[in-house]
Amino acid sequence: MTTRNGQFDFASLRTKLSSSDGQSYWRSLDELAETEGFQEFLYREFPQQADQWVDPVGRRRFLHLMGASLALAGLTGCTKQPDETIVPYVKAPEEVIPGKPLFFASAMPLGGIAEGLLVENHMGRPTKVEGNPGHPASLGATGVLAQASILGLYDPDRSQTVTQYGEIRSWNAFLSEMREAQQRVKASKGAGLCFLTETVTSPTLHRQLQRLLAEFPAAKWRQYEPVNSDSVRQGAQLAFGTNVATRYDFEKADVVVSLDADFLSTGPGRLRYARDFTARRKLRGSQHEMNRLYVVESTPSNTGAMADHRLPLRALEIEAFALALAAEVGVTWPLPASSGAAGSAWIAPLVRDLKRHPGASLIIAGEQQPPLVHALAHAMNHALGNVAKTISYTEPVEANPIQQTESLRELVSDIQAGFIDTLLVLGGNPAFTAPADLGFVDALAKVKLRVHLSLYQDETSALCHWHIPEAHFLESWSDSRAYDGTVTILQPLIAPLYGGKTAHEMLASLTNQPDQSSYEIVRGYWQQHYPGAPSISSKPAVSQASAAFEQFWRRSLHDGVVAETALPPKSVTLAGRPALPPPGAGRTGLDIVFRPDPHIHDGQFANNGWLQELPKPHTRLTWDNAALISPATAERLGLSNEEVVELQYEGRKLEAPVWILPGQPNDSITLHLGYGRLRTGRVGRGAGFNAYAIRTAGAPWFGFGLELTKMGRRYQLACTQHHHSMEGRNPVRAGTLEEYHKHPEFIHEMGEEASQSLSMYPARKSEGNAWGMAIDLSSCTGCNACTIACQSENNIAVVGKEQVIIGREMHWIRVDRYYSGGLDNPATYHQPVPCMQCENAPCEVVCPVNATVHSDEGLNDMVYNRCVGTRYCLNNCPYKVRRFNFLLYSDFETPSLKLGRNPDVTVRSRGVMEKCTYCVQRINAAKMEAEKEDRPIRDGEIVTACEAVCPAKAITFGNINDSASRVSLLKAGKLNYGLLGELNTRPRTTYLGALRNPNPEIKATS
Amino acid sequence: MPQIFHRSTNTFAKLSIFGSIFIIGGILVVIIAVNRSGYVTQAGVTREQPVPFSHQHHVAAIGIDCRYCHTTVEIAAVAGIPPTKTCMNCHSQIWSTSPMLEPVRDSYRTDKSLRWTRVHDLPDFAYFDHSIHVNKGVGCSTCHGRVDRMPLVWQHASLQMEWCLECHRRPENYVRPRDQVFNMEYQPPTDQIALGKQLVQEYKIQSLTNCSTCHR
Repeated sequence: MTTRNGQFDFASLRTKLSSSDGQSYWRSLDELAETEGFQEFLYREFPQQADQWVDPVGRRRFLHLMGASLALAGLTGCTKQPDETIVPYVKAPEEVIPGKPLFFASAMPLGGIAEGLLVENHMGRPTKVEGNPGHPASLGATGVLAQASILGLYDPDRSQTVTQYGEIRSWNAFLSEMREAQQRVKASKGAGLCFLTETVTSPTLHRQLQRLLAEFPAAKWRQYEPVNSDSVRQGAQLAFGTNVATRYDFEKADVVVSLDADFLSTGPGRLRYARDFTARRKLRGSQHEMNRLYVVESTPSNTGAMADHRLPLRALEIEAFALALAAEVGVTWPLPASSGAAGSAWIAPLVRDLKRHPGASLIIAGEQQPPLVHALAHAMNHALGNVAKTISYTEPVEANPIQQTESLRELVSDIQAGFIDTLLVLGGNPAFTAPADLGFVDALAKVKLRVHLSLYQDETSALCHWHIPEAHFLESWSDSRAYDGTVTILQPLIAPLYGGKTAHEMLASLTNQPDQSSYEIVRGYWQQHYPGAPSISSKPAVSQASAAFEQFWRRSLHDGVVAETALPPKSVTLAGRPALPPPGAGRTGLDIVFRPDPHIHDGQFANNGWLQELPKPHTRLTWDNAALISPATAERLGLSNEEVVELQYEGRKLEAPVWILPGQPNDSITLHLGYGRLRTGRVGRGAGFNAYAIRTAGAPWFGFGLELTKMGRRYQLACTQHHHSMEGRNPVRAGTLEEYHKHPEFIHEMGEEASQSLSMYPARKSEGNAWGMAIDLSSCTGCNACTIACQSENNIAVVGKEQVIIGREMHWIRVDRYYSGGLDNPATYHQPVPCMQCENAPCEVVCPVNATVHSDEGLNDMVYNRCVGTRYCLNNCPYKVRRFNFLLYSDFETPSLKLGRNPDVTVRSRGVMEKCTYCVQRINAAKMEAEKEDRPIRDGEIVTACEAVCPAKAITFGNINDSASRVSLLKAGKLNYGLLGELNTRPRTTYLGALRNPNPEIKATS
Repeated sequence: MPQIFHRSTNTFAKLSIFGSIFIIGGILVVIIAVNRSGYVTQAGVTREQPVPFSHQHHVAAIGIDCRYCHTTVEIAAVAGIPPTKTCMNCHSQIWSTSPMLEPVRDSYRTDKSLRWTRVHDLPDFAYFDHSIHVNKGVGCSTCHGRVDRMPLVWQHASLQMEWCLECHRRPENYVRPRDQVFNMEYQPPTDQIALGKQLVQEYKIQSLTNCSTCHR
């Protein structure tokens, strides 16, 4: 069903989809069209090139090596282990027990907002991050970015020295330069001095800046981040006349409407929101009803995939939709009656649903939507009585909330006017991320003294006189606020690997104590500001005050939160109606939509191999971004996947490959930011296309009038969506809440379960512990955090783009994405697939060397040192969860990467098979603790890495022989089913069918 | 044309074919023997150390308990090699000028660790945990031998997998009462099997031979 040049025949695809009876699931257009490429993946599992030696090693060299290894093959067993030395401490630090990790509370700031962490530390080396259960934004969960920060910390490509004009300098040389600068600006009261920071929530940094600005009143403080909340702030300003932060309480919301808001995976409160939202979708205990989610969005998102009703609209049309919805909801503002806005068929039943749940609904506007949509959402929440129930307002979390794009624009005009001669860029990479029309790069060159603090020698560093290596957040003392204002004091897990400095130390360089450490600065701030700190006038006994502070300090560091720093709710009143835009007439051509990349964000994580190789939630692309386009638009323009097009927007051009994405609104092209880095490390170099090149200050998130030209070239993308296919056996089972209430067995009846008697092998006895897992598809948001957590916990290697193209990615738990329904707005399901730990494991019976065997507790053990690499097990695995080290993927050389590995898990070499172990190292550790205390293992004591990280609590692990364990209760439920149960593999990992809760008044979901 | 080889070479040919079976068999026996010998396993080989620390002197003569230095043996995977500070607890007072102890004092002075040669070195894919063995009644001397009679420590057992499995399969042959674990002088009673079976029950000792017990 493809034409000659690789284009899909969309008409026949549509016919095929509409004629298929019942519910069918598909993964990609290639699968539907049964293209040659897909067939090849299906029948060969690894395509043609997989047989070939793709290393850039010639035939002669290869024969040399083979000859040598053959000669040595028989002797390898005779080699002795090299002598090792034991290097004990000179004075052992307190509490450190070799082999037992310690956990320290800290936080990861992203866009200034903290995500609370507990960091696992093995003898001074951080190896794994977990969420901090006591932190309100985490509750024990973490996102992909925090998980991958371990690799970021040990990245050998991080900048390692202070440089001036590219020459290595000492920190002291920089301090003396700063001393001169300080003397210079002192005379002019700071005129000419400017600080450019990212979003600041840190109370200490804010205090430092305030002091400097008090000393140098003419100095300027600018903030800029490419992924900012400008329109959220402006929206609040429009609605209330004052800037407030909005907090949602999903636990109380029965009906949620998202206006282009991907609240489950972006934004400050994402982890907490995902936890609270999915809690209302789990049918457990006394909970028999689910909340209902309507999503109107301009590009497929994880929130859209969870929706009960999803409406793809062009970004511009969402404003009209919001206006029409607001008019129907009955906001207090006079609004024109809704007139045929796109999606208006939805509005009446939606409004009836909202009104049935007064005070228990939520309307959420996306960060990328214009201020008016935010203002309308606020007004609707007021009209629906949600304020102080599902929604609350607080003072802004940021220390100094400003319009960041404006702030950067002012900086540029100041420079152009010659007002700035000393610029300190503290973090961020504005030379790469600034809007293309501001001319930031040209302006930057005019500043006399330019200093840049950053983790990498990046695009901005190249344009600055001084570059200072930044300390990673796991190496720093600092503080930061969470989405609700709760402060976490960041503590370092390791001394700076490369002598990095923090923003605190950079600012101190301009004061009279230039060599103050961040520890002294942060501690000094809290000494004066901790709750109950003695005011300067009252002078209690010094020892008494210091004891109180010491107690506060230790408690705050231990807990990872400073008690009672969450911002109190604030009451607001709705202001008058904001000005409405003129009706959007004459908007022709294509839309351009910008989004932060789900994995490398604004580009700052471009050099992180884990994140680059993690398939994006919807496209399943790795190592690149692409111009995402809807099937109908691709059909109209005659475009096919991987075809390179030139995008022209407001006179600026960008070449990018096309990727056809079902569910994308028509005539709208989405580009993810952060790719196409010009100066970065080995990993990020050459990956993707720079969307910032056509992003302007006027259209930071979307614009219209995009022109598209075909370049007649193709660019190969590494997409994993056909890899590990289980070939149309409906691995996902889904239905509606209504079906479930009518006939609870319906999930079971979707497939057949083979009888145990079919097996030729005797049934296994299972006494004692029997490990099992249940994965709730109704809760899984497809965020991929489990994949990265697993990668970090189990020392899984990165393979690179070429290897991904030939299907060799190593992830032990993958998240499959399935579509169901039409091309234009399919329902989307995410399914995490780890090893099923089958009781009748097909892999075990084919291994000629017994390298994969069954344990008494039901684990399907993989013994690396026995494996000879026949790959029979991989062939015989119906779930495609086994991964083979075709080449030496693990880095055995780079010293810094060795530090970050989990010492409890073997680092695999070339030629061995590997797969999910249910985190057997954690099982063994817990078992030994229980044995030593002579008690059974408690339910929930063993938490696998994927379970620990999951914001949606979709994964549950435990003992299935214990009928009271959480996992047993889930498996006993009506929704439980085994993947490919008809094969009689008896998987220990089972799934709970995906339930959706559509509004019966809205018939078609698409 | 005359025969190149004399008739007698037939006998040599037959003999060498017959003999090669024995030769190949002999080589196999030698390989197996070498693989289990101290040459490969390093069992019984005394290692040179930066300081000639004598367990014989410290344990047998002075009577210091194992756990004075190997502090984490009951709670962690590794028994723990003492920090220099532990040596200096005594040696700042006694033998404080001994030239033999200069590396120890030097380490303490310069804050640089002593570098001991590792004697018991399992392969990196085997994950052994001292604490669980000690808690289940496996004595120090069962695996390490009479360390109290070693002037310099050598490896007592082969540390090969068959040696591990010997006890994992039949723990009753080796376990002792918990209060005897650190007793170097302990001699198994004549009815070890009876005592072993009783202890196996009492301590809930499992015979764990799953691969993932040690390899992961």
